[in-house]
Amino acid sequence: MIEINNLHKSYKMGSNSLHVLKGLNFSIKEGELVAIMGSSGSGKSTLLNILGMLDEADSGEYTLDGVPIKNLNETKAAKYRNKFLGFIFQSFNLINYKSAMENVALPLYYQKVPRKQREEKAIKYLSQVGLKEWAHHLPNELSGGQKQRVAIARAMAAEPKVLLADEPTGALDSKTSYEVMDLIQNINDQGNTILVVTHEEDIAHMCKRIVHLKDGVIVEDKTVDQVRASQYV
Amino acid sequence: MLDIERWQEIFDAIRKNKLRTFLTGLSVASGIFILVILLGFGQGFKNGIAQEFAQDAATSVWVWPGTTTKEYKGLNPGRNIQLRNSDYNFSSELLAEQIDLKSPRIFVRNISVNYGNEALVYGVQGVSYQFQEIENAKMSRGRFISYQDETNTAKIAVIGNKIAHDVFNEVDTPIGEFIDISGIPFKIVGTFKETEDREEERIFIPITTAQKVFNGGDKVNNLAFTLPMAENFDDAVANSVKFKSQLLSNLQQAHTVAPDDTNAIHVWSALEEAKRFYSLTDNIKLFFWFVGVCTIIAGVVGVSNIMLIVVRERTKEIGIRKALGAKPWSIVGMILHESIFITAISGFVGLILSMGLLELLGPNIEVDYVVNPSVNFNVALSTVFVLVLAGAVAGFFPAWRAANIHTIEALRDE
Repeated sequence: MIEINNLHKSYKMGSNSLHVLKGLNFSIKEGELVAIMGSSGSGKSTLLNILGMLDEADSGEYTLDGVPIKNLNETKAAKYRNKFLGFIFQSFNLINYKSAMENVALPLYYQKVPRKQREEKAIKYLSQVGLKEWAHHLPNELSGGQKQRVAIARAMAAEPKVLLADEPTGALDSKTSYEVMDLIQNINDQGNTILVVTHEEDIAHMCKRIVHLKDGVIVEDKTVDQVRASQYV
Repeated sequence: MLDIERWQEIFDAIRKNKLRTFLTGLSVASGIFILVILLGFGQGFKNGIAQEFAQDAATSVWVWPGTTTKEYKGLNPGRNIQLRNSDYNFSSELLAEQIDLKSPRIFVRNISVNYGNEALVYGVQGVSYQFQEIENAKMSRGRFISYQDETNTAKIAVIGNKIAHDVFNEVDTPIGEFIDISGIPFKIVGTFKETEDREEERIFIPITTAQKVFNGGDKVNNLAFTLPMAENFDDAVANSVKFKSQLLSNLQQAHTVAPDDTNAIHVWSALEEAKRFYSLTDNIKLFFWFVGVCTIIAGVVGVSNIMLIVVRERTKEIGIRKALGAKPWSIVGMILHESIFITAISGFVGLILSMGLLELLGPNIEVDYVVNPSVNFNVALSTVFVLVLAGAVAGFFPAWRAANIHTIEALRDE
């Protein structure tokens, strides 16, 4: 699903150049649940930016579902993002003046799905995350865990190839964290490819594979026995 | 523009951000409102000045004599110049083409005026029949001196309204009453109105009567002329300067006065005085233009500020939409679409309110120097467009920048 070959990225800081990613190689197959771990400054955010097509690598290859991601203009990047990727953020990033349903329906708006269908689909995904009754509530009427579940429903709504989760449990207490991870595991069980960036060991161990980043290189890439989050819920 | 889905999205945003919409709209509407009211009063002020000045804006030229101060052709300085009928007739004929109205004037002195037992202390002036128009005096009752009165040396008088009011308050109308000037009865045939009380304290009698009855001989004190209206003001001034100098040199020759003796014969033209007023109104126009431009700038700054704040508030939303697959251009387009929609609507609301107010109150405003404040609709309309455009431009750059921010970090910070 994701192929990365010798990926390099550096940022210019005045006269200095900061080499953030130093030749990454890895691949993710369909249906995997991968945790990317690393301390801050290890390059995991940069990697996520590049995987999310929000930034471009200096050199190296990135193939997503067989499509080479290279030299994209903004329009094309936007199209690919909409078609291939679903984002889940630490701070949920729901639009606060839109109800849960409207937030979930938003990616479909950019797929030019008609309004009525959008809403039906949004309700469907909200009920999948168990928030059907909350469909018409605004984000600030929801708890943190509920917000993240709305965000997950939103990421799912566009039916992407890959879900990119950036510290999805970073703003949640451990109980809600496990609930969210349980949901992510369930989605993965349905065959979705998910990539989770985290720095929490227990969250990482709820994935099937852990990629450890340090100073821009992969220091460890191992398959783990998945800990089911449901046992903590 | 015709994308219904987009309009729905925009109306959603407007409906759910009532306060933001209201504040943006209010700032634009009040900006336009203040601007239009200000422009209206600028115009009103201009109108007021023009009206105030129109009363005095006759093209009149006046001549009065003085004393020579220079020796000329063997004549000593210190001679008093005396204008005579011949001066009047000569000048009138020589410059006939340039003259519209003309009249001599004589101040009748050493007389007593009585109405019944009451002594009147008002000036008596002998004038010709065209003098009324030269003076811009409006007849309230009866008539002015006529040509026949002049040829017949009629013993009639025309009095100012103030005299009529002060002296003839016990009779219905002063017309037909007789006043006694040095023992000779004069019949009152008319009363006139002037802009100032002082000018209504005069009694006019035919110049011929004044000269024959009161030993005036052929002496006159003033010559008064008006010139025909010219195409524009500058032409009018040029005409009057030319007429003045020709008239002056004629009179100087007739009275053997040195050409550079400014004190012997005075020629005064209202138009040249008027020029000062005109340049005043020009300056006022300039001032209001300046104020208007400053107000527009203030409006532009205000609207731009609001737009900056709005876009800043929505930066995160822009990032979210982008992550969800929106093209940068569609995000910027949507935000500008919404803001232009709001600013345009509220701009027109402000425009309609302010113009309505001016229409309603404008004609009723009666203050010195402010007459019928009103505003040119096209000017007002273009200010609305300027403000809307300024808002759009001010909103565009931050929105564009926000839509092109790359990193996930932008979405990380709460």
